[in-house]
Amino acid sequence: MSSHSKALKITKRALLVGGLAVGGGLVVGYAYLRDKPGTAGFEAVGISGTALNAWVKITPDGRIILAVPRAEMGQGVYTAIAMLIAEELEVNLGQIEVEHPDVDGKYANAFILTEPMPHFRPLIWLVERVAAALPLIVTGGSTTIRDGWEAMRRVGASARIMLVQAAAMRWDVAPEDCGAAQGSVTHAKSGRSLSYGELAEAATRIKPPSDPQLKPPSAFRLVGTPAPRVDIPAKVTGRAQFGIDVVLPGMLYAAIRQCLFRGGHILSYDADVVLGLPGVEAVVPVHGGVAVVAKTYWQAKKALEALPIEFDDGGNRELSSKSISELYRQALDEGDAVSVRADGNAERALEKSATVLEAVYELPFLAHACMEPMNCTALVKGDAVEIWLGTQAPTMANWGAAEGAGVETDKVTMHVTFMGGGFGRRQEMDISRQAAQIARALEGRPVKLIWSREEDIQHDSYRPAVMAKFKAGLDETGAVTAWTNRLVLQSVEADYGKRNLPEILGSDGDADIAMTQGADDMPYALPHYTVDKVIMKLPMDVGYWRSVGHSHNAFFTECFIDELAAASGQDPFAYRRALLSQAPRQLHVLDLLAEKAGWDARAKPAAGRGRGMALHACFGSFVGQVVDISLSVQGELSVDRVVCVIDCGMTVNPDTIEAQIESGIVYGLSAALYGEITLQAGQVVQSNFPDYEVVKLAAMPVVETHIIPNTNYPGGVGETGTPPIAPALANAIFNATGKRIRKLPLQNADFLSL
Amino acid sequence: MAYTLKVNGDTKTLNIEGDTPLLWVLRDHLGLTGTKFGCGVASCGACTVQVDGVAMRSCVLPVEAVTGAEIRTIEDLAHGEILHKVQQAWIDNQVPQCGYCQSGMIMAAVALLEENPQPTDEDIDGAITNICRCGTYQRIRKAIHQAAKA
Ligand code: FES
Ligand code: FES
Repeated sequence: MSSHSKALKITKRALLVGGLAVGGGLVVGYAYLRDKPGTAGFEAVGISGTALNAWVKITPDGRIILAVPRAEMGQGVYTAIAMLIAEELEVNLGQIEVEHPDVDGKYANAFILTEPMPHFRPLIWLVERVAAALPLIVTGGSTTIRDGWEAMRRVGASARIMLVQAAAMRWDVAPEDCGAAQGSVTHAKSGRSLSYGELAEAATRIKPPSDPQLKPPSAFRLVGTPAPRVDIPAKVTGRAQFGIDVVLPGMLYAAIRQCLFRGGHILSYDADVVLGLPGVEAVVPVHGGVAVVAKTYWQAKKALEALPIEFDDGGNRELSSKSISELYRQALDEGDAVSVRADGNAERALEKSATVLEAVYELPFLAHACMEPMNCTALVKGDAVEIWLGTQAPTMANWGAAEGAGVETDKVTMHVTFMGGGFGRRQEMDISRQAAQIARALEGRPVKLIWSREEDIQHDSYRPAVMAKFKAGLDETGAVTAWTNRLVLQSVEADYGKRNLPEILGSDGDADIAMTQGADDMPYALPHYTVDKVIMKLPMDVGYWRSVGHSHNAFFTECFIDELAAASGQDPFAYRRALLSQAPRQLHVLDLLAEKAGWDARAKPAAGRGRGMALHACFGSFVGQVVDISLSVQGELSVDRVVCVIDCGMTVNPDTIEAQIESGIVYGLSAALYGEITLQAGQVVQSNFPDYEVVKLAAMPVVETHIIPNTNYPGGVGETGTPPIAPALANAIFNATGKRIRKLPLQNADFLSL
Repeated sequence: MAYTLKVNGDTKTLNIEGDTPLLWVLRDHLGLTGTKFGCGVASCGACTVQVDGVAMRSCVLPVEAVTGAEIRTIEDLAHGEILHKVQQAWIDNQVPQCGYCQSGMIMAAVALLEENPQPTDEDIDGAITNICRCGTYQRIRKAIHQAAKA
C-alpha cells in the first residue's frame, strides 16, 4: 500500500464464524472478505498486519487451542495472536496451546485464508456454503475490520460472550450477572462456577455476537507486555518441524534443475542416462524444469548432476545487467511514464528555483535467500493431493498443488509447518505446483522436493532492479521549491500475477501502487511534487521482497533529501525537521532519534568516522535510524552502531518488536553491503552464499531500539526495520567522506577512491 | 558399502554410498532432522555438528571420512527436560526467529565454549561464522556471554 493513510482506508469485511469444531467443542474465528484489491502482499505478515487469520477451539476437556493455519517464520505471530485472544477470552497466555492445524479445502475456505494475498476477492456465498457444510454458523451480515489485531480480540471476546451466555442459560440467570476469568464463568450471587470446557458444547448452539464490545487499551493486562515466544523452545532443541523435515513412510526425494536462461525452457534431457543409477526411480518434467526422483536426496542430487539437459535460451542470450541498465537509463528520459502524483507544477517551479539539483540512483535485483531452501512434500492418491510445506500464503500453495496434480482446489489437504524464513519468497505457487506434478507421476508415494541453494538463488522472484532520477529546486534559503522523481522498474504486481495466476491476477502494472510506496507519500512539505514511473517488461521474475517498494524508495528519497540538506549547507536533522510540520508522528520519531543517538549538528566527524540518518514511514509505522560507521585507512567499512526509533502504535509484544527491528536492519544491511543479483548472457551470475554474501556475526552493528509508546492504531513491524538502513548508511558515508553513494551494493564501491 | 558411525553415543551401521555427506546420513537415514541443510557448500553453517568434539559442516563431510568418529548433533545436547546451558541462554535471550539456522548456531557455540569457556567478542566473531538470515546475531552474542557465565 502506498501510504499508511491509504492503508488504513482499505478495510476488510469479515464474517464471524462460530460453532461445532471438527472433533468436538466450540470453534470461533473469522472469514475475511476483502472489499477491494490491494497489494498487501508480504507486509501483511507483520505482527499487526492484516494476516492474523486464526481460530480458537475450546474442547470439552477444557483445552484452549489456537489454530493458526499460517506458518510462524520467526515474527512471533503465534505468540501475538495468542496474547490478543487471551486478553479478551480472559485466560492466561499459558492456558493457550498453539497448533498448526491441517487445513483441508473446506475448512480453509470457511476461514478464508487468502487474506494477505493481493487481489483476492472471495465471496460471501462461498463462506456461507462451506460453513453450512461444516457445522458452523456465520454471523449475520459482515463487519468491517481493519486488521487482524482487532479481529483476534473480537474472536476472544465473542468466544467469551458465547460461553457466558451458555452458562447463564444453564443457570437460568442474566448473562450480565456472570463474570469470566481464568477460563471459567462464575455467577457471583450464587457462587456457581463452570469451566470453559464444561460450557464448550452448549456454547456451540449460541449465535456468535456480531459486534462484541472490546476492552479499551487502558484495561489490557497482557497486550503490550513482553512475553516469551511460544515457538522458541522447540527451536533450540532441533525438534521444530520445518517443511524440509517432514518424513513420511516410503517417502522419495526429488532434486530439480530449472532452465538456466531467463525466459527459456528445457528443450530435452536424456533420462536413460540416469535411470539405472543407484536409487533413481523416475525423471519427471515439471513446470520450469526437470526433477530426478530417488530413494534418498543425495542419490537424486547426484543423478540430476549426471542428467544431460539441453536448454532453450528464450532468445535472451544478450540479456545482461549492463544491457538492462542501459534500457533503464533510456527509459529515464524517453520511457512511457505513468503519473503517480502531480501536486502543483514542478517543472515551472524548478525553472524559478535558485538552485536545481539532479541525481540518478540505481539499485540491483536482490534475492530473498531464505535460510531454508524451497521445499515441499506431496502425496497424490486418486483425485486427492496432500502437501506439507511452510508457506506465507496457504491459498497460493493450495492452488499450486491443485494445478500441479490436476485436481480441484478442494481436493487439497495442506499441512503447514514452520518455515525457515519467508521475506516474501514463500508466497509463490512454484514449489507446491512442482511437488504435486512429481507426486502425480509417482501416484501413491510421497515425494519431498528440495531445491538446492543454487536453484534458490537462480530462480527467485527477485526484488526488482530500480533506477530513479530526481530533480529538486531550492530557494535562496535552501528550502525545497519542487521535487520530481521518475522511477524505472518492473511491476511486482504484474509479474506476480503473470507467473502465478494469469487469468485472475493478470495486470499491466500501471496500477501497482506498491512500486512507488514510500516515494509518492513522503511526509515532507513539498510545494510542487511529482512522481511518475516507467514500468519495464523484462524476462526476469520479480516479486515481493521484505518491505516491497519501500526497500528501494526509502534509499532514494532519504539519500536525496540528505543531498538537499548538504546543498543548502544545513544539518540533515534540522533540514528534515523543518519539513515535517505536517507530520507530527514523524517529527516525534525524528526528535527522539536525535536525542537517543546523541545527534550533534555542530560536531565534525572524527577522521574515519561518519554518521547518517534516515526516516521512513511504512505499513502504518514510522521509523528512524542513525548509523555510525568507521572507515579504516585501507578503505574497510565497519558499521558500528544503529540507533532505531519506531512508532508502531499500540504494541502487542515489545520484545518481538525489538527482535524484528534487529532482523529488518540486518536484512537491509546485507543488501546494502553485498546484495546484488546480476545477469550475464541471459543467466543469473550468483548461485550460493559465497557469491551472494550476507552479513555475518562479525559485521553485526550494535542495534539499539526505542519504541515510542502510544495508543495509536497498530502498524506493521516485521518489514519496517529494513527500509531506513541503506540510506542512513549511505548518508553516514557521505558524512565521513564527502562522497555520495547513489548505487548499491557498497561492496562495489572503492572507499579509498571516494 | 557398509559404514559404521557413532552418533550421539549410539553405534549405527549403514549400507550407503561412501560419498554421501554426513548431513544427509543424519537427516535421511537416521531421522535426525535437527541438523539443517542451508547451502551444501560449507558456507552457511546450518549443518554444523561436532565430530570428535570439533564443530564441522556436515554437508561437505562424506560419510566415508567420518567412520569411527564420535558425532554429536543438536538432538544430544539436552538431557531429557534439562537443557544444555547454551540452549537455556538461547531461550532466556529469545534468540531464534524462524529458527532454521539455530541448530547450527548452537552447535557452533557449544564447541566454542568447550574450547574457550570465556570467549571475548573477538573470539565470538572469529568462531561464529554461520549465517542467520533473520539477523539474530546481537542476541547470539549476548546468549554466548550468558552461557559462558552459567
Ligand atoms: S549446509 Fe552445510 S554449511 Fe551450509
Ligand atoms: S533464525 Fe532464521 S535464519 Fe537464523
